Amino acid sequence: MSVITTISTWLIPSLILFVLLVATWKKLPTYELFVEGGKEGVKMAVSLLPFLLGMIVSIAILRSSGALEAMIQFISPLLSLFGVPSEIVPLALVRPISGTAALGMTTELIQTYGPDSFIGRLASTMQGSTDTTLYILTVYFGAVGIRRMGDALKVGLIADLIGIIASIVIVTIVFST
Amino acid sequence: MVNIIWASMAILGIVYAMFNGTMEEVNKALFESADEAVMLSIGLISVLVFWLGLMKVAEKAGLLRILTKMFRPFVSRLFPDIPKDHPAMGYILSNITANLFGLGNAATPMGIKAMEQMKELSQSDHASRSMITFLAINTSSVTLIPTTVIAIRMKYESGAPTEIVGTTIIATFISSLGAIIVDRIFYYRRVRKTKR
Repeated sequence: MSVITTISTWLIPSLILFVLLVATWKKLPTYELFVEGGKEGVKMAVSLLPFLLGMIVSIAILRSSGALEAMIQFISPLLSLFGVPSEIVPLALVRPISGTAALGMTTELIQTYGPDSFIGRLASTMQGSTDTTLYILTVYFGAVGIRRMGDALKVGLIADLIGIIASIVIVTIVFST
Repeated sequence: MVNIIWASMAILGIVYAMFNGTMEEVNKALFESADEAVMLSIGLISVLVFWLGLMKVAEKAGLLRILTKMFRPFVSRLFPDIPKDHPAMGYILSNITANLFGLGNAATPMGIKAMEQMKELSQSDHASRSMITFLAINTSSVTLIPTTVIAIRMKYESGAPTEIVGTTIIATFISSLGAIIVDRIFYYRRVRKTKR
């Protein structure tokens, strides 16, 4: 564990050091370039705001009304038929939609069942192995003004499904003793 | 498609609240989440400014070009419609690298830059082939070390907080590979459709 922690704390400062050393050696105006690049960041964040706000509010309505919960309750038995543990179903369904909700669920599952239980390990693997598809599409397409997403959403959701199935199969194989 | 999903999430929620007496919760969540979204966007400013600033320096110092050269055979196969020395390649690679090392907040600005460059190439508001491939890789997440999950496991006193690193890497590898394959299948389907 300590090795991984050390690597991740050293990574960013070392990267900055490396970039600045090379740029200074090449006699580039480092500070001016940094400011120039950073200015784009401010514009980007502002232009992202409406996209994020719209999506987050819509998800919040679905969650707070209890409709999301009801949908999960409805789908759970169906997925259990295919051998998906019912405790994990809500997480699997929420993972592509809301990152914060999924993280909350993972924490709760780990707390309830223990980090070293089957459910705890499965939740950990699932949380780590896929990303919030809806958020990524909103941010990336929103930031550059793409209106027609094409097959991106379908591809992303199918990839999520593959990730969920893979997590279940792998955790079952690796930790079943 | 995104319009339908966006509207139906809100419509479903409001209609459900009508019949289940949760309208008060919806009302509260409405403005709390709007607040939360603004905070999130403002929080993004620091990350975006820092990483885009540093990346500008790295780009001008020629570091992105070196990164692109190193992985050219691999990425040019994944993104056949991006010219080999185009800056988009450099940003795509930095995004993937940042994701690999679990630097989620560095990955986003670089990903947005990559999208910008790809948009310049395609000159349209439709998602291009390479954009869809790029997003497929991003949504399936290519993390090597899931730092957040490890932190949660440590907090709840796991006997081996990092034991899930192996399973996560395998699962992530399979889902990324799956994403690339699914993306290709959809691409060839599109090509066939337009030919007909």
